[in-house]
Amino acid sequence: MKKVVILGGGVAGTIVANLLAKKLRPDEAEITVVDKTGRHVYQPGFVYVAFERQKPEKLVHDERKLLRKRVKLVVGEAVKIDAEGKEVTLADGKVLEYDRLVVALGARLTPDELPGYNGAAHHFYSLEGAVELRKALESFRGGKIVVTVASVPYKCPPAPSEAACQLDYYFTKRRMRDKVDIHFLSPLSRIFPLEPVNPVVEKVFTEHNVRFTIFFNAESIDPKAKTVNSIEGETVPYDLLVMVPPHRGAKVVEDSGLGDRGGWLPTDKATLRTKAHPDIFAAGDCTDVPVSKSGAAAHFQAKVIAASVVADLRAEPATARYDGHVMCYCDAGYHKGIAMSFDYEHPPVPPPLGLKDWLGKRFLNRVYWLLVPAGRV
Amino acid sequence: MAASASQRIILDARGSFCPGPLMELIRGIRQAKAGEELEVWSSDQGSRKDIPFWIQKAGHQLLGVVEEQGYARFIVKKLK
Repeated sequence: MKKVVILGGGVAGTIVANLLAKKLRPDEAEITVVDKTGRHVYQPGFVYVAFERQKPEKLVHDERKLLRKRVKLVVGEAVKIDAEGKEVTLADGKVLEYDRLVVALGARLTPDELPGYNGAAHHFYSLEGAVELRKALESFRGGKIVVTVASVPYKCPPAPSEAACQLDYYFTKRRMRDKVDIHFLSPLSRIFPLEPVNPVVEKVFTEHNVRFTIFFNAESIDPKAKTVNSIEGETVPYDLLVMVPPHRGAKVVEDSGLGDRGGWLPTDKATLRTKAHPDIFAAGDCTDVPVSKSGAAAHFQAKVIAASVVADLRAEPATARYDGHVMCYCDAGYHKGIAMSFDYEHPPVPPPLGLKDWLGKRFLNRVYWLLVPAGRV
Repeated sequence: MAASASQRIILDARGSFCPGPLMELIRGIRQAKAGEELEVWSSDQGSRKDIPFWIQKAGHQLLGVVEEQGYARFIVKKLK
């Protein structure tokens, strides 16, 4: 019997496992998911936790309940991938052999990489971080809030500008917007990463009095002076700092010598096989595939990987290809949203900002658990 | 003395939409040492404006832009 091991029970890992369980006969393959916590977390909801619009517990489900029965779930941490010997070692010493390995471990937050970050900056890139930010916002009585990112790449490129819009909306509702100065620092040449959508977001910022500075790539934070300094040589003061922490690829990938300088796994952008080892696939945020690090990308990639693993195990040609498709919804506050969809060949064409896409985002957040992990869509 | 092409750090961002190539360059510059040369390859038209603009703002040196079939190579020296 063939063995498929999937590292990570996030969006990609869960979908791949469930699609394989659906497509492969029980006597064809044994499917094992290894996940550190055994809990599946819906990360797009974190920003809403920070702004008191989402209860944290609603964003976490038991991974076992999301997986088909025949998928084995091992709650544990992979500490070594032996690509030549085709086996994975777990922290408890257990060894799992594989015929095909799928690495879907996501990105790792590494706040220690930015001097001064710990203790000075808030973020909403983990459930705990979002809860802490919520408390900081609740007790904020006025002053300057700086919103920025520690470094690139980071997950969900629109999230920082979405957070700036949410701050405006949050303090407007609390009737203290006039006491809050929101300053957005972008590492890039514009405030929104995707050029076609930038004018829409810039207009929202201008209308809602969100100041912005471009080409600000943070180099350090001075917690005493309450300033953030950039590699371009600028210094910006803050009273409350909301900063996306630095990211790296998965630790086991780095520790096994498989990552690039940022720990990202070099992966063919169409076949999603790792460049050094075609029997190892990689999906989602842990790869170096040149698309946004987002759940939608992981979702679409998972379908390609599942089809390729089935073909490989049946000794058929694997023809599925990932076209770079990503889609996302952004909430601009005031019941307005915007949807974007794009791939390697087609940049996004943004529809106007409006209620429809705000509802779309709300709808997706609700139906995610029903449709996405099971691979129904 | 200029570093030879083989000593340069190559950042291949072809097939990535703007701002992908600029993000690659910023990541590369952070990891490089002062004096090192980097090449970022981009097939995105937006890079022609973004990359030189950022290099100027960040105080590094654009040594040249080489047009290739379907992409451009931006050669950058990290100055500080």
